[in-house]
Amino acid sequence: MATKKLSIICFSGDFDKLVAAFTLASGSAACNYEVNIFFTFWGLNAVKHKEGRTIVGKGFLARFFNFLQGGLRNVPMSRLNFLGASPKLMTGMMRKRNVATLKELIEASEALGVNFYACEMSMHILGIELKDFRPSVKEVLGVSRFLEYSEGGEKLFI
Amino acid sequence: MIHTIDITKEHCPMTFVKTKIKLAQIAQGDLLEVTLKAGEPLENVPRSAAEQGFIVLETKQLHDDVYQVTIQK
Repeated sequence: MATKKLSIICFSGDFDKLVAAFTLASGSAACNYEVNIFFTFWGLNAVKHKEGRTIVGKGFLARFFNFLQGGLRNVPMSRLNFLGASPKLMTGMMRKRNVATLKELIEASEALGVNFYACEMSMHILGIELKDFRPSVKEVLGVSRFLEYSEGGEKLFI
Repeated sequence: MIHTIDITKEHCPMTFVKTKIKLAQIAQGDLLEVTLKAGEPLENVPRSAAEQGFIVLETKQLHDDVYQVTIQK
């Protein structure tokens, strides 16, 4: 039987959209899909090695932007963010109701062998390198290589 | 060897994600007893396991809406 494949272009760095992306990724990987996630632009914040606000990147503006964006702990809600309070409140509600948190979904995706890729162009703009990401981000890709890896499967833009 | 996992407090997708991770950790031929709830977990966990080539040996009701599914790797 041919391997089923799902490739997600993770553009959004919003908490709720990341929950959707990693829920699909981990659930599909558990069902034996080959899963690729191509993180680009705001989506890169979800897989930064340092999860809080740190100064990374080359050049003043890149460092400034990276500091403002922060990492996984700073991702905002797409609506009703309330100055960053909502993701923390939502995480608390998820724990209380035994629903996997965003971090747990990312770790489950990693444990199930989901392939994480980072966008070369976005990294260049933000002045960040592969070492600035979680070890599970295995490769830096451009569009042509992403098309090659995602060929023959479903593609989603989140 | 028999292994156990309780996913009665889990929700989609962690029901099958946790089962799959546990199945990956046990040896070929070992059994995994999965305690789960009726509804989505009971429908999907045995079906997904069977689709992936694992052998679903038994499904039994423990009490009320709690079931135990035995899967062989």
